[in-house]
Amino acid sequence: MASHYEAPIRKPLIIGEKSYHDISVDVAAPVEGKANKLWWIVFSISLSAFLWGLGCIFYTVGTGIGVWGLNKTVGWAWDITNFVWWVGIGHAGTLISAVLLLFRQKWRMGINRSAEAMTIFSVMQAGLFPLIHMGRLWNANWVLPIPNQFGSLWVNFNSPLLWDVFAISTYLSVSLVFWWTGLLPDFAMLRDRAIKPFQKKIYSLLSFGWSGRVKDWNRFEEVSLVLAGLATPLVLSVHTIVSFDFATSVIPGWHTTIFPPYFVAGAIFSGFAMVNTLLIIMRKVSNLGAYITVQHIELMNIVIMITGSIVGVAYITELFIAWYSGVEYEQYAFLNRATGPYWWAYLLMMSCNVFSPQFMWSKRLRTSIMFSFIISIVVNVGMWFERFVIIVTSLHRDYLPSSWTMFSPTFVDIGIFIGTIGFFFVLFLLYARTFPVIAQAEVKTILKSSGENFKKLRDGNEH
Amino acid sequence: METSTKKIHALYNDDDVLLHAIKDIRKKEYKIDEVFTPFPVHGLEKALGVPHTRLAYAAFFYGIIGLSFAIWMMNYIMIEDWPQNIGGKPNFSYFQNMPAFVPVMFEMTVFFAAHLMVITFYFRSRLWPFKDAENPDPRTTDDMFLVELSSDGNEKEIEEFLKKTGAVEIKLIEN
Repeated sequence: MASHYEAPIRKPLIIGEKSYHDISVDVAAPVEGKANKLWWIVFSISLSAFLWGLGCIFYTVGTGIGVWGLNKTVGWAWDITNFVWWVGIGHAGTLISAVLLLFRQKWRMGINRSAEAMTIFSVMQAGLFPLIHMGRLWNANWVLPIPNQFGSLWVNFNSPLLWDVFAISTYLSVSLVFWWTGLLPDFAMLRDRAIKPFQKKIYSLLSFGWSGRVKDWNRFEEVSLVLAGLATPLVLSVHTIVSFDFATSVIPGWHTTIFPPYFVAGAIFSGFAMVNTLLIIMRKVSNLGAYITVQHIELMNIVIMITGSIVGVAYITELFIAWYSGVEYEQYAFLNRATGPYWWAYLLMMSCNVFSPQFMWSKRLRTSIMFSFIISIVVNVGMWFERFVIIVTSLHRDYLPSSWTMFSPTFVDIGIFIGTIGFFFVLFLLYARTFPVIAQAEVKTILKSSGENFKKLRDGNEH
Repeated sequence: METSTKKIHALYNDDDVLLHAIKDIRKKEYKIDEVFTPFPVHGLEKALGVPHTRLAYAAFFYGIIGLSFAIWMMNYIMIEDWPQNIGGKPNFSYFQNMPAFVPVMFEMTVFFAAHLMVITFYFRSRLWPFKDAENPDPRTTDDMFLVELSSDGNEKEIEEFLKKTGAVEIKLIEN
């Protein structure tokens, strides 16, 4: 038992009398069981939202992006807002699986699988927007440096939009292989438990023939560690580069050196909120409360509180620097942002992102599941408005007062956004019923050190 | 006829017992062919004397390939093949235009290192779609630890010994 020591002061990460076999049974239960009525209801709603969004996308592509609410002054609005929002949400998954792995945070193991799934699904939503915005989806390959019949006319590597192409595609593909490699032993567990031949076949295919030899595990752990080491700077670079889309421009309100760290903090902030939203429901529906404990939710709330406060400092720094710079355009951009016609959006952003996470200083509130759930929704609303505020309020009053205008979304703008939310939940709901939603092999490695029964046993022996 | 091709499968139900057993088996100098576990047991590869994987070095090497490829590609595209004046940036020298190329250089390094390392891992561990699993007992992905030994006609002796080390199940496999 000595090798499984963990300080008694640490709270158990696995609650109840669990054995290795119990973990397999609990993780396999949602996959082997049947979906209940609630699942079908939520799935149907998400699917119809997705189909509606798909219709709006077809309408946009068929008619042109004139069907959006964009105008001569506001040339970027909901599309880029949604893009940045979804990319930001994705960041929490990599943070949990990579950064917390490097820091040896064991609590990551209960939630990393679902957080990574969320990353992949939300980056997929994000990727849709630049593609739709191109108008001609069938020419999407033009963003890649592929020799062509025009000269060759190459892509411009000086452009942050192209850096984005490289950042997002590297991020999506690396996250995907990171996730899948971690899934192999868990798919193998499902495969070896499966009774129905079809299920066995599918999980056998998905598990790539994982057998669990000593050398396989040795490589598996090394690969996980190195991937975590690569994914950590990667995830920071992705939102940094997303922020470059704005920061390298000359628009007052965008041309800000503070953007990279500010965007990264905001991304982690909104991502953890989304993880909380999803996992609070999933732990209940899939009976996984023993692995996704209140302690997990509390720790995520603390991350939300810290990153929310960092974002708050960034908002105030922006205002200060705008004033201190002495540049009139800069000063007006921020004055207009906070007190202009979009004051309500600014206020919503401030109260959702800076004010609401401060409740998490209270232990009682941050360990309350219902309260955490509400805050997680509030934070994501706030973070959507943050991007909206940055993008639209910096554009709608440009250098020529005669072209000052407001942005109002059309039903297509709204439809596509709702469609991506639907698509996201369709993917996540399917995932929750077919994938091992907890990295059970990893959780088994901490059972003896962090399992409640083992901790009790050990503490009893020591005294 | 007793031949030397017999295999013995010993199943354990606890990782600590397994670790002790492995040490004892190795002291006795019985030949362990393979060990299958449901999760990574720390210290197992050391106890077995399996050398540590060199995948990390491979990843470093792949990263350098990615970085070199990015530099070569952008130098060819932006400087040699079709230089353009973009915002007055120096288009005649890769080095002077480099700050704008750093993001892509970084991303390509990560892209190559990550993907080539994972592909190497899959090939070295023989993992790919439609590959059949090779764990001899389905319980080894759940809660059982299986040690595979080969005997030189001394199965009985090994079996007795394995029982003492805490094996909960011992199977003789005729090849």
